[in-house]
Amino acid sequence: MTVTTGALSVGDTSPGFVARRMPRWIEIAIIVVAVGLALLVPVAAGGFRWGWALVVGALSYLVLVFGTSRVLEDRRQSTDRVMRVALSMAFAAVMLPLVSVAWTVIREGASRLDGTFLTGTMRLTPEDLLAQREGVAAGGALHAMTGTLIITGLAAAIAIPLGLLTAVYLVEYGRGRLARAITTMVDVMTGIPSIVAGLFAYALFVIVFGPGSRTGIAGGVALSVLMTPVVVRSAEEMLRLVPNELREASYALGVPKWKTILKVVLPTSVAGILTGITLAIARVIGETAPLLIAAGLAQETNLNPFDGRMTSLPVFTYYQYVQPGIPTEAGVARAWAAALMLVIIVAALFIIARVLATVLKPKGLR
Amino acid sequence: MMLYGATTRGTPVTDDSQLSEPTEDVSAVDRGISVAGLNIYYGDFRAVADVDMHIESRSITALIGPSGCGKSTFLRSLNRMHEVIDGARVEGSVTLDGADLYAPGIDPVAVRRRVGMVFQRPNPFPTMSIYDNVVAGIRLNSGKLRRSETDEIVERSLRGANLWEEVKDRLDQPGSGLSGGQQQRLCIARATAVEPDVLLMDEPCSALDPISTLAIEQLMLELKQNYTIVIVTHNMQQAARVSSKTGFFNIAGTGQPGRLIEIDDTKTIFSNPSEQATQDYVTGRFG
Repeated sequence: MTVTTGALSVGDTSPGFVARRMPRWIEIAIIVVAVGLALLVPVAAGGFRWGWALVVGALSYLVLVFGTSRVLEDRRQSTDRVMRVALSMAFAAVMLPLVSVAWTVIREGASRLDGTFLTGTMRLTPEDLLAQREGVAAGGALHAMTGTLIITGLAAAIAIPLGLLTAVYLVEYGRGRLARAITTMVDVMTGIPSIVAGLFAYALFVIVFGPGSRTGIAGGVALSVLMTPVVVRSAEEMLRLVPNELREASYALGVPKWKTILKVVLPTSVAGILTGITLAIARVIGETAPLLIAAGLAQETNLNPFDGRMTSLPVFTYYQYVQPGIPTEAGVARAWAAALMLVIIVAALFIIARVLATVLKPKGLR
Repeated sequence: MMLYGATTRGTPVTDDSQLSEPTEDVSAVDRGISVAGLNIYYGDFRAVADVDMHIESRSITALIGPSGCGKSTFLRSLNRMHEVIDGARVEGSVTLDGADLYAPGIDPVAVRRRVGMVFQRPNPFPTMSIYDNVVAGIRLNSGKLRRSETDEIVERSLRGANLWEEVKDRLDQPGSGLSGGQQQRLCIARATAVEPDVLLMDEPCSALDPISTLAIEQLMLELKQNYTIVIVTHNMQQAARVSSKTGFFNIAGTGQPGRLIEIDDTKTIFSNPSEQATQDYVTGRFG
């Protein structure tokens, strides 16, 4: 398409506002050539592979678009085209694993996500074990689901107040050395390997409950160590986004600072803070390693986080994979179903957070 | 009305009698402000130097001057909003109703309850409806109030801000859905709802169109019957239209503190000022 304007003709480019554009048929030709190369090159190199075809196709398309555009159009347009193509490809590359994981988990896990799975535990009777050998579905993950909810709930109960208060301090009160020290500590905490958090919680609760103790609360503490810095960081960002004018408007009405924070600053940023909290929960709900150490493995439902081991869905998944029992397929199927269940819980969390954020979002915030 | 009695946090600064009968003891209170030897700093940088002025009760005082001369900084020091900024401090005295606002033991929160402020950009609270915006100051200060009481305050404040007729059917809508001029009048209603003695306005019309500006100026002329108003403006016509006294601030050069060059009757400032710098500024022969 060419744009022509009548009245004005400024600048040194001779036709004024008319830019050279690649004809449509060349754009199509480039696609055809790229697809052709994607099919032919891998075959010539010794056998067709989807992966090779995608890489060759993408690269040749990129190069062809750049070259042709550079010759037929000007530099700005060729840069624009290349960046657009590169960004689209980057987006596809990011979406690929996401879609692939979701699809695989649903395909493998859906069949075993049945009533027995949702209501049963891994305390299997001899009859169950026999039935399992016959190929009948047995065993469930109720204990792992309650465990996941309890441990993550405890972690959230510790990390959210702690993280929010830290963020409020950093944004509204913290000045000078202490604030900088806290910011640095939070950054360091973000980098703690999760297994170290698990060891820390285990060591801490050995002091309380004695050697060898593995409890739900220890798991919760381990996860809260991982969760707190994420909550601090996201809440901090959100609080900094609240325009200073609103704080000043509140001060000018004679409202004390603490009330300004509580009634003006936090409600204004509540949507973003909720999203951050959800991300933090999603970050820790899938943790396996620290819970293996701190909370251990249990075969039946334990609702008391202060006494006895407690299993979460990731740990359950891991054990069903490494110790599947007889036949192996039964354990692996349970592992897939547990993975699917975890994805469903996380998805549900995101939906709840989205709905809450939409409901609580300040209307018409500039 | 007691400044000191109201300094404890959570104590309602505005008691009921005053809310229901706003004009009862107006004449008894001197709402003038005396400023003496005021120096305002940002850290080590002195932004405003040696200001002495008296702001008359129940009148409009305009502050004019070039950008960066410290008018806004000075204005913010009148209700202790200046110190909200890190490292900002003030030397000298600002006296309102017999009390030095910068004396030790004075609670800045209590000061701000009596000296309200309207900002350059309209800033209604985005989480609140029009109704809640108006009563925000009262609700946040004194907790629960009966609906009938707040209803009355909302109507009175919005009528006072000439906004009632435009918004009375949509009080539960968000305040940020209004036009810029309406938002600014909402902010004025919000500021007057807590019944301050003084209203500080920091270029309240600079983000508004001429029609909204006219509405705000008319409103200011009505409000001056009850409030002492200090307005910072870049618009000299506006200063000439609304104010009875005008103060001219100027700055000698970059890095120098701003100073009050002179303050006099608005007519005198715009026709026959005593300082050459003022003459140059108001006639547009500046710099």
